[in-house]
Order: sequence, then C-alpha cells, then structure tokens
Amino acid sequence: MKYVIELQDIKKIYHIGGEDFAALAGITLNIKEGEFAALMGPSGSGKSTLMNILGCLDRPTSGSYKLGGKEVANLSDDELASVRNEHIGFVFQNFNLLSRISALDNVALPLVYAGVGHKERTRRAMEKLKAVGLETWAHHKPNELSGGQRQRVAIARALVNNPHIIMADEPTGNLDTKSTRDIMGLFEALHEEHKTIILVTHEPEIAACASRQLLLCDGMITKDAGKGVVMDVV
Amino acid sequence: MLFSESVQIAITALLSNKLRSILTMLGIIIGVGAVIAMISIGMGVRQNVTNSIASLGSNMLIVTPGSTNQGGVRSAAGSSQKLKYDDAEAIKKKIKNIDYVSPTVNSSYQIVNGNQNWNTSVYGVTPEYLHIRSLSVQSGSFITDSDLKSRNRVAVIGTTVASNLFDTSNPVGKTIRINNQPYRIVGVLESKGQSSMGQDQDDMVIVPLTTAQERLMGITYVRSINIQVSSSDKIEQVQSEVETLLRQRHHITGDKEDDFTVRNLTSLMETMTSTTTMLTLFLGSIAAISLIVGGIGIMNIMMVSVTERTREIGIRKALGATFQNIMMQFLIESVVIGVIGGLLGIACGVGIALAIAKAGLFQTVITAAPIIISFSFSVGIGLFFGIYPARKAARLDPIEALRYE
Repeated sequence: MKYVIELQDIKKIYHIGGEDFAALAGITLNIKEGEFAALMGPSGSGKSTLMNILGCLDRPTSGSYKLGGKEVANLSDDELASVRNEHIGFVFQNFNLLSRISALDNVALPLVYAGVGHKERTRRAMEKLKAVGLETWAHHKPNELSGGQRQRVAIARALVNNPHIIMADEPTGNLDTKSTRDIMGLFEALHEEHKTIILVTHEPEIAACASRQLLLCDGMITKDAGKGVVMDVV
Repeated sequence: MLFSESVQIAITALLSNKLRSILTMLGIIIGVGAVIAMISIGMGVRQNVTNSIASLGSNMLIVTPGSTNQGGVRSAAGSSQKLKYDDAEAIKKKIKNIDYVSPTVNSSYQIVNGNQNWNTSVYGVTPEYLHIRSLSVQSGSFITDSDLKSRNRVAVIGTTVASNLFDTSNPVGKTIRINNQPYRIVGVLESKGQSSMGQDQDDMVIVPLTTAQERLMGITYVRSINIQVSSSDKIEQVQSEVETLLRQRHHITGDKEDDFTVRNLTSLMETMTSTTTMLTLFLGSIAAISLIVGGIGIMNIMMVSVTERTREIGIRKALGATFQNIMMQFLIESVVIGVIGGLLGIACGVGIALAIAKAGLFQTVITAAPIIISFSFSVGIGLFFGIYPARKAARLDPIEALRYE
C-alpha cells in the first residue's frame, strides 16, 4: 500500500541560550493511506513539534519529509502555505474558527485561498456542513454554536478541500463527554471512508479509537502499536 | 486569490468594528475636509482681489503727468500740464500691441437737475474709455466720436448720480446742469459697485474729453492717459516704448527727468496674486498636517488591529493564506479607510466651503485640483501607513500566531 507520509530521520533542533536542544531526535515514520494514527506522549515529548512539521507549519532542521511522494522539508513559506491548503486539513483543540463570519464562510475559507469562485465555494462548503449534520446552522456565527457544533464546523472546514491527511490536535480536549463521542464518531466514519487521519491526544481512551498508536518520548518514537492497545502515557 | 475577495474581506472586517472604523476615518475626513475648505477660502480671497484689480481694467498702463520744476522748486506729482490729447493720439498711432488708449481729465462739479443737486466727479473721456474700464451702458448710449469732435454737451451718468438726481425715473434724454451749463443725458452706466479701495464707482458723470477741456474746465492738457495693452506679456515692452515716445515728444533729452510717470497695474496684480497664493498654500499646508496626523491614526489602529487579530492571521495562514494574501488583506483595509475617509472628507470640505459662501463670511472657490489632490493624498496615506502593519501581519509565524491568546 502507498505511503502518504514518509519521514526519514527528521530532526528539529532549537538553540536555546547557546545550547542545542533536540525537540525531535531523528524520527523515521511511514503512514499509509487510510490509516488512522494516534500520536501520544507526555508534554515536552516533541509531540507538538512533530505535529507542526507533519502539518507543514514548520520545517525540520534536517531529514526528509515526503508528503504524497513529494519532498516538502525544504519548501519556502508560501510553498508550504499552498501545500497546507491543498493537502492538509486541520482540526484544533480550540476550534480556531473566525468569529466574525458565519459557519458556512468558515468552512469555505480554505477554498478562498485555493482560488475557488464564490458559487462553487458555497456549494462545496454546504455539502461538507451537511456531511457533519449542521446544514441548518450554516448562517450562524461560531459563537452561537455549542462546543461540539463548533468542532464539527472545524471538521467540515478540514474536509472541504479534500486533503490527503487530516491533522487533529486534541480535537476533544475542550468538549464534554457526549460531544467527544459525537466527534470521535465522525473521525471513525472518516476512517471508514478511507481518509488518512493523524490525531494528537493524551487520553488513552481517545487514542484507542485509532488503528495505530504512536508513543513519543524525548523526541523519539518509543512505541508503535496496532488498534485496541491502550497505552499508558505517563 | 482574487482582488475582489481581498476587498470583500477588508470591508467585512471594517464593518465588524464600525465605531472604530469611523473614528479612524475621522482623522482623514477632517484632514481632507480642512484642506478643501481652506484652499477654497484662499482661492476665494484671491479671486476677490483679482476681480477688484481687474475691474480697474486689465493689462493697464496709466500715464500721468509728472511734477514741474521751476528754478529748483518742484511741485506735486501730476501738476505738470505737459501731457496732451495729442500725446494719446501719438501713442495710439505709433505703438503696436495696444488695444485702447483713453486720455482723461476730471474735476468735481455740482450737478443740478431741477431742484435736486449732487456733487460729484466729472470725467472728460474718449469713447474708448468704455472698453478700457470695462464699463457698460445700462440704458441709452455712450459718448461717440462725433460728440468728441464737435464738443457736444452730452453726459453719461453713473447709477448713484442717476438715483440722486432722478430718483426712479429714466434720466436718458433729460438735461442736467454742470457748472451751470446744460448737458443732455445720453446714457446711464451699468452699476459697478464699490472698488477695492472702497470708492463708489457709480458716482461719476462722463462727458466728451474735448467738451470737458474746452467748455467746462478751460484747459488744454489731460490728467491721465489709460492704455490697455493687448496681452500681459507685452506690457513691459509697451511701457518702455511709451516712455521713449513721450520723452521724444516732450523734448526730454539725456538724463533729464521725465515729466510724466507710466504706472503699471500688472505689478500690483502680481503682488496681490502672489500674496494670496501664499495665503492659500499656508492654509492648505496647515490642513495637510492634519491629514498626515490622520494617517498616523490609521497606522496606529491598524497596528492594534493586527495584534488583536493575530489568531485570525494564524488561522488564515494555517488554511493556506500566503504572505501576499495577508499583506493584501490588511493593506486594502487601510486603503479602504483612506478611500471612504477621503470621499466623506470631500463631502465635508465642499459642504463647509458652500456653507461659508452662503453665510457670506468669505467668497469661496471650489476647484477640482485640491479635491483630486487631497483625495489621492488620503488614499496614498492609507497605503503608506498601512504597509508597516500589513507587513507585520503577513510576516507572523503561523505557529506563534495560532498559540496567541
């Protein structure tokens, strides 16, 4: 099966006070198309750094990162922006929706930067809102929606450009139990539709929904296991 | 991304914070409004001055007699009796680039009609006087060449004289007495109002020059010769030609002093125009300072806006916005402030100028130039003061920006 993500000896080194600190100390990782991977690890383990590099928000200090077969480790800021726009859908812990515009316009936002016309944008955004069951809330602003609804809008936004991978950073961190179940249900449904999902979490029960579980510790992947294994994070 | 998309995003952002947007625009509105109002007032003052000088006649040279010198005792300027009607004729005949030449004499007389009397200046003039002073006849006609030749006792009177002697009835065809001689009124002049020196320009009686010289005053000289030059750039040349000709005719040789003076209204006009231009520029530049202050206001608010919307910028960047996308978004926002502020400022400035004119405080002249210049200036200010905040926004690191609380 084809790999969507191929990491080869990825290192990220920060210079703090004249000393080098390796946030990622050489990570080699392949993720197949359609895989649902959970990334776990205690704080300071390099989880966020890896997430930023996987999401093309940041560049590694060294190593190779192939996304869909294309090397992206050394792209310019604007090239990374267009890779994010075309290939990656983000879901954040705090939703990160624009509060001034409607749910529909939020979902359509990536298409604005992809250069899609207004009519087509609205049609595709509406389609994705329907897919997460929020078509009746399309013209409401995010602050009129509940936490669970907001996260569903964010998922619709992540899907609207048909990206290769969906990066979810603690997507249930700010949600109650019922909303958490709803959202995880959505991710599982996406997994069944053969979407590639990378989910960062520190909750073992959430990670248990994934088909593959990765444990990060001190900038290294220390465990790589299949579905159903509940890891002890701390 | 399309340009229109950027404009739409910018307008949405401005509308979502209406009060702040309006307050930001206020600086530009006041600046543009002040520039337009001030320049309109300055231009109005200039036009006022120009008009009152032009009412004396434009491109004018005035020849007056000099002072006499008898055995070292000099009398007052203008007292010389050497300037003659013939001098005027010679100037007209021999010098080019002259439209009109009008020799005049004047003196004060009591004018009588029946039981009414009025004391005023009587001018002896030639028919060309009408053109040279830009006068026009309200009813009847002006004096003619044949009046001049046959020294007819005819008179043209100003409206002040007419109303004082004839009240409301039409004076044309009636007879008045000047210095106890009967004069038939052939015309009434159109009112010219007050001169810039506060003189009533309608308080005058005009008779043929020859009549005035021989029948009324008993003199052979003229008090002044008014010359209208065909174009303003020929004035200096004509002036020196007149001087040369008159020296010749009056047999003044070598370095002897002239017995006449040639004055030039253009120099007065130029002085006044440059003074009022300075005034206009002065008023305009004070107003322009407020426009720049308004621009700094835009920059200030845009900086706050960028900081406040750091997270929004982070989100947009994460979703694929490039440097240029973010730059455009914020730049257009500040340009839109400049454009809308500029338009409202034009409305304010024109409104103020019209209100001032209507209230009669000043005459104002609204021209396109200050409107176009101050508008482009306000758009330019929006652009210039928007660049720094927009760059700051566009250069934000998406990871940092997303983490911003």
